[in-house]
Amino acid sequence: MSWVAQTLNSTLGRKLVMALTGLFLCTFLIVHAGGNTMLFRSDGGQAFNEYTYFMTHNPLIKMVSYILYTSILLHAVYAGILTAINRKARPVGYAYARPSENSTWASRNMGFLGVILLLFIIVHMRTFWYEMHFGSVPMATYDGQEYKDLYKVVIWAFSQWPYVVLYTISMAAMAFHLVHGFRSGFQTLGGNHPKYNPLLSNLSWAFGIIISALFAAMPIYVFIQTH
Amino acid sequence: MLNEKREFYLALSIQHLNFERRMNLKLRIWRQRDANSKGALVDYEVKVNPHMSFLEMLDELNETLQQKGQEPVAFDHDCREGICGSCNLFINGRPHGPMQTTTCQLHMRHFHEGETVVIEPWRAKAFPIVKDLIVDRSAFDRIVQAGGYISVNTGSARDANEIPIPKIIADEAFNSAACIACGACVAACKNASAMLFVGAQISKLALLPQGKAERKATGRENGGSDGCGGFWSLLQYRGLLG
Repeated sequence: MSWVAQTLNSTLGRKLVMALTGLFLCTFLIVHAGGNTMLFRSDGGQAFNEYTYFMTHNPLIKMVSYILYTSILLHAVYAGILTAINRKARPVGYAYARPSENSTWASRNMGFLGVILLLFIIVHMRTFWYEMHFGSVPMATYDGQEYKDLYKVVIWAFSQWPYVVLYTISMAAMAFHLVHGFRSGFQTLGGNHPKYNPLLSNLSWAFGIIISALFAAMPIYVFIQTH
Repeated sequence: MLNEKREFYLALSIQHLNFERRMNLKLRIWRQRDANSKGALVDYEVKVNPHMSFLEMLDELNETLQQKGQEPVAFDHDCREGICGSCNLFINGRPHGPMQTTTCQLHMRHFHEGETVVIEPWRAKAFPIVKDLIVDRSAFDRIVQAGGYISVNTGSARDANEIPIPKIIADEAFNSAACIACGACVAACKNASAMLFVGAQISKLALLPQGKAERKATGRENGGSDGCGGFWSLLQYRGLLG
């Protein structure tokens, strides 16, 4: 076995893949949340549609998007493998355990939270990504140029309460997932130092809550606007 | 004044030595005949002295069980001084119970009248149950045998200060060397990982000049990149299954 294969087959190597893909997905969330704040503008969706046009036509963004799809898949597959290994390490559990004294709820339920997020991503991509790329999206014209009017699709989806409920619950799951994941990504990469650990923990909380709240605000905002 | 003080302390010590003081506890203990049998939690009611250690409490329970002609509860113990790492009980949802100490150093005064105390063995695939509360922790020995040592020429002992070692480094290495391999880290870890044990085995040697020369080999043999995840997978990966 080459050292690369050996590393990727070891539990430490697998955790490394989890950390690197996870932190990359965190950077994606920043860009995604930042861009989507265009939804809060009251310009009938012009800024949002111009932004989506840029995101689907810029060659660099396109290239990064393939890395993104690969990262999501790798993150999910490796999480499955690691969870299976961890389950096998303790086939008979304790009748009475108080694990909260040495681990957080989020850290013990990353798999469960991850499955919620995976299901969310499937629904989310079917609703917007698939429609944008392969579906029929109405067109809008700004300054003589035609744009796919994804804004209309967003308004259509977020004016229905089941979407709003699904998105809000998923973003709550994401908050817990990020609070543990962001900090642990650094831990796996060796970022553990008594001086910087409190900063990293606080940053992880702030990141998880701010990003998730920002995303959850979008469907809620649209729902309130349209009712 | 002096007499008053003396009387006060005398009264205090008599109160403290009141061996007749008894506390009622309900025990729920994991009973399992052997490795292949199915185990279950069995309830016992005991009257204990708060000054007893946890193991003395189990000794007394076993005496009464034997008097009744029943099978005593099997549990591991040796030095009863908190240094050998033999005792390993999962008490009320925590390894070694509610205090940060070994089971033998845990005293019954940390429990209250009428409390239910659940006693289970360590739960990890790498620590198979031998009987009742006893688990086989020889996996730890095999990890140490695989690389938890350094090569030293035999002969008379060298002078302790021959190799200068900074105090901070010596203290840190000693902290790792103080691991008594009780297995509580594996029992507490949600993934039943031996990461802390393996980490201690590596750093107790690798931090010191004598161990530094073989640092990389020691890490690799100890589990190295695989020591971080599941303990069981580490043993599989390193071919250290019993």
